[in-house]
Amino acid sequence: MPEIFQFDFMIRALIGGSMVAILAPSFGLFIVLRRLSLIADTLSHVALMGVAIGFVTSIYPTFVALIATTSSAAGIEQLRSRGRLPGDAALAVFLYSSLAIAVIVISKSSGFNADLFGYLFGTVLSITDRDLWLIGVLLIVVILFVASFYPELTQSAFDQDLAHVSGVRVTATNLALAVLTGATVTASMRVVGVLMVGALIVIPVLAALRLAHGFRTALVLAVGFGLISVWIGLAVAFYADLAAGGAIVLTTVAMLALAEIVGRLQDRFSSRRGRGAALPTPLSEAKGKDIEPANS
Amino acid sequence: MTMERRETDEMRSRDDTESQDNVTTGKQPAPWPEGSRSPNAPDNRPVVCEFNETWYSYDGGEPAVEDVSFKVRQGDFAAILGPNGSGKTTLLRLALGLLKPSNGVVELFGETSARFRDWSRVGYVPQRVEGLGSRFPATVEEIVEHGLYRGFDPLAIFRRHERKEVLDALDLAGISHLRTRAIESLSVGQRQRALIARAIAGEPELLFLDEPVSGVDAVGRDRFHELISSLNKEHGMTVFLISHDIGAVMQGATVCACINRTVVFHGAPHHITGEHLSELYGFPVDVLLHDALHEHR
Repeated sequence: MPEIFQFDFMIRALIGGSMVAILAPSFGLFIVLRRLSLIADTLSHVALMGVAIGFVTSIYPTFVALIATTSSAAGIEQLRSRGRLPGDAALAVFLYSSLAIAVIVISKSSGFNADLFGYLFGTVLSITDRDLWLIGVLLIVVILFVASFYPELTQSAFDQDLAHVSGVRVTATNLALAVLTGATVTASMRVVGVLMVGALIVIPVLAALRLAHGFRTALVLAVGFGLISVWIGLAVAFYADLAAGGAIVLTTVAMLALAEIVGRLQDRFSSRRGRGAALPTPLSEAKGKDIEPANS
Repeated sequence: MTMERRETDEMRSRDDTESQDNVTTGKQPAPWPEGSRSPNAPDNRPVVCEFNETWYSYDGGEPAVEDVSFKVRQGDFAAILGPNGSGKTTLLRLALGLLKPSNGVVELFGETSARFRDWSRVGYVPQRVEGLGSRFPATVEEIVEHGLYRGFDPLAIFRRHERKEVLDALDLAGISHLRTRAIESLSVGQRQRALIARAIAGEPELLFLDEPVSGVDAVGRDRFHELISSLNKEHGMTVFLISHDIGAVMQGATVCACINRTVVFHGAPHHITGEHLSELYGFPVDVLLHDALHEHR
């Protein structure tokens, strides 16, 4: 058996990391397509505030962070959907106000700086059974939500007005997506840390979007890139004695670079095949009669 | 999907009325263009969309829509014309319940648009789509499937592709050959056809289109208008088309509303005069007539 599997803390890290690798890109796909990538960063700062309050009040910090992120996510979505504030302005208000509260709480307290450091940069190697249960329950909820509301989520990501005219309850879908994103941020925070949680939500999705052909494929690819990043990142961290969060995030960036290279090769191959192919179907036989060249 | 011509009793009685009119005039061609109604014929067709003394202003500012009242009846090809900023798109968003009127009422199939829920009866083709331009990964087929949404379906993610309704809609829109292409890889004209296929996949009774050919070349525009006319005439869909391309729209429209915040003209397209258009656009306009078609320059 490889050395990495001989330690309980590594087994727990691999299980927790794998669950987060499925969770984060599943939501990330819909968030990136709606151009709300910054929401992950905002909610991670809200989570930091929750962790700080949890330490001060001696309540399980992850639980306080969960309450803070889900309620803030609902607040952001309400402000955005009612047009009170533009989407990015609402995010900025929540990001800076929660960061300010976190700084004040931390400055007025002492004795938990070392623990807080772990939350900032990831504590996957000291993940507890309680953390695993929390992430596990959340994973089940998220899988059921994405699978059950797949049409609503894809339609809302494509165009909110079109979704409304199709009969999708857009406001409710957005609210549920935002609240579960808050919960996902809290869970992911244990693996890569508050400062890098957005990377696990956004970067595997970007890699998937470079290669995917079809929405379902994009979802599967994003989760696949997330899992590979966590596994490779943890292995590198274990054998090279590096910070696990940083190793995982750098692996996601490497995945994105690899996807870009493969994507370019695919583009080159398909354009060559297009040039080398026999003459296309005569225009008179083309059903669509639409002969405009493709834009991209 | 079987796109058969929908002929309601009301529509058949309209045709009968018009045939009788032809008989009384010794089978002479009607003095109004084909497709438009006799001015004296009673119109018993159901109203599918109605604006009643509708007002709307954004953020309480100057009204974008002022006291607009008109009806669109089943089987109509209604063209909504007007210059940029005249409130055309606002009207459409009011009709679709995306905006709530400041005053007055907007109804869809006899129900206020804010309370309307039977969206399977309505199709919509927007001018632009938010998701495009962000490497949206869906194929044309997946986008057209959106048009078949009929409420919560927890197993939808597992449904197989190549549903007959989707294939029929793609065929009708003339883009069957693009079925497996990524929506992002299509030209502007092809994307609009994909959105048309999405809108008609569920066989709606009323089709809303918001300047669907902006950015499409002249040949593409003509073909697009042919498609819309065919959906109206051969498949019985009521069309509510917003455009500022008067000449192209007039070839298919049976009723026209010229809007510049308020209604400048509402009636059969051939009744539009240069004075109406001058009032609409704010500068002198001459109308040149060619046979039954009306070109406005």
